[in-house]
Amino acid sequence: MAKLTKADVLHVAKLAKLNLTEPEIDKFLPQLSSIIDFVGQLDQVDTEDIEPTAQVTGLSNVFRDGEADLSKCLSQDEVLSGTDKVYNGLFKVPAILEGRTDK
Amino acid sequence: MNLPLTIKETREGLLKKKFSAVELVDEYLERIKKNSDLNAFLTLSSEIAYDKAKEVDKLVATGVSDNQYPLLGSALAHKDLFLTKGVRTTAASKVLESFVPQYSATVVQKYEAAGSIMIGKTNCDAWAHGASGENSDFGPTLNPWNKEYVPGGSSSGSAVSVAAGMSLLSTGTDTGGSIRQPANFCGVVGLKPTYGAVSRYGIIAMASSLDTVGCFARTVEDVEKMFIVTKGEDGFDSTVKNVESPRPRDVLKIGIPKEYFAEGLDKEVEKSILEVIEVLKKEGIEFIEISLPSTKYAIPVYYIIQPAEVSSNLERYDGIRYGNSRDYFGAEAKRRIMLGTYALSAGYYDAYYLKAQKVRSKLKEDFDKVFEKVDAIIAPVSPTSAFKLREKTSDPLQMYLADIYTCPANLAGIPGLAIPSGFNKKGMPLGFQLLGPRFSESTLFSLGKMYQEVTSYVPSLAII
Repeated sequence: MAKLTKADVLHVAKLAKLNLTEPEIDKFLPQLSSIIDFVGQLDQVDTEDIEPTAQVTGLSNVFRDGEADLSKCLSQDEVLSGTDKVYNGLFKVPAILEGRTDK
Repeated sequence: MNLPLTIKETREGLLKKKFSAVELVDEYLERIKKNSDLNAFLTLSSEIAYDKAKEVDKLVATGVSDNQYPLLGSALAHKDLFLTKGVRTTAASKVLESFVPQYSATVVQKYEAAGSIMIGKTNCDAWAHGASGENSDFGPTLNPWNKEYVPGGSSSGSAVSVAAGMSLLSTGTDTGGSIRQPANFCGVVGLKPTYGAVSRYGIIAMASSLDTVGCFARTVEDVEKMFIVTKGEDGFDSTVKNVESPRPRDVLKIGIPKEYFAEGLDKEVEKSILEVIEVLKKEGIEFIEISLPSTKYAIPVYYIIQPAEVSSNLERYDGIRYGNSRDYFGAEAKRRIMLGTYALSAGYYDAYYLKAQKVRSKLKEDFDKVFEKVDAIIAPVSPTSAFKLREKTSDPLQMYLADIYTCPANLAGIPGLAIPSGFNKKGMPLGFQLLGPRFSESTLFSLGKMYQEVTSYVPSLAII
């Protein structure tokens, strides 16, 4: 298996939307490396013709009718109760688009 | 007050007017206050507890029939992963430091309907990541038998609450051992049910193909009562299945896995389990040696699948709709998110996640084959009894390796029941676990009750 590099750690942190400090990177790099080395031993296991297991009790898709049951829904106030960053009954989110600079 | 130690003692005491439910709540809250240095609770729900206690006292006054309210007046502490309407729920993480849920988990509602009294929310490793309780963002929980030792984790506060008499019962989640191991370290009974036996609706998800919702009490009988109250389909968690227990053999047969009684197992832990085997043999139980050859791959499989699913489940915490931003994640959560993201990322998915899922099939098959020959397996819960605080915190891999006897049950989706079996020379609790085929909880309860009955087990509190 490939050796984990600082660039890998930064890449993965970016994918996971985590802001790491320099000391954190210094701490996590060797720790993550040793764990990845360790789990890499699965390499040696012969898994030819073996199906992967994602579900252990033999259930497949469980369906129900797509009917809205309002008794099982939270009210708008309840939904918004976890934050004070609210505007006109909606969540306020950070901007992902910036204003045009060509006008 | 002479604290009742079981559900039955609580019920009888209430019905015979030895104490009222309000007095019980007084007593438990007092004990929690007195032992606050154990750091077992993150939030107390005193007001709700007194309201419920008054309700219970009214019920007692008007008369309760035998088949009503199976947990009447039982003080219950919930792991802080269980959503409780109107009561702060943090997952022991600063991300959810001020989160107050708008609804309660299915099991929280079921416990309430059964007549129990919610007393508060217990400390745990943040997001249930850990095996010592030391990963809580609100400080570690201490072992009530000796405060220099960890109580185990991740359901640390729940195990301590029962062990130290701060509640009669408590709840937990077990994804890789998080109920059985702290039960073992604290000398109480802990049940990890079959995957899909108990609804996870309203419980903060860790690794969705492994997570199970279980409980702690002082006797097997009480854990069985809790399981009966909580099990079954609820229409919200689609992985839950109503299944009848498989019928055990007329002469029960238990397997002793040779891979579990090997190098690395503490001598005192081993000796205690061998004594348990002798006790059960005298009761006519047959024992045979069995083999689970893929055991050595359990930890690497678990530490790929679990962080992969953790990274996916923790994606939702963006600090927009509720909670704080992702900068508030602690070190262990960040490690697992990164490990999982790596294992799922382009170019590595086949080598890690898919490969681990295939080896998982082998582990599952090991158990399925063995259960053609035996009704249950007896095994250690952890390689050692409780270890000291800070002993393993500097090397996460060392901490992970201690999951060796617990995480295989999660990978296979089978139930596990951890039962105390005495104390070691240092005075720390010892114990064992019984594993069984999927949905065979009733067989594990029969065996566990038999053991506690023939040894005339009397639960003892860590703190008088």
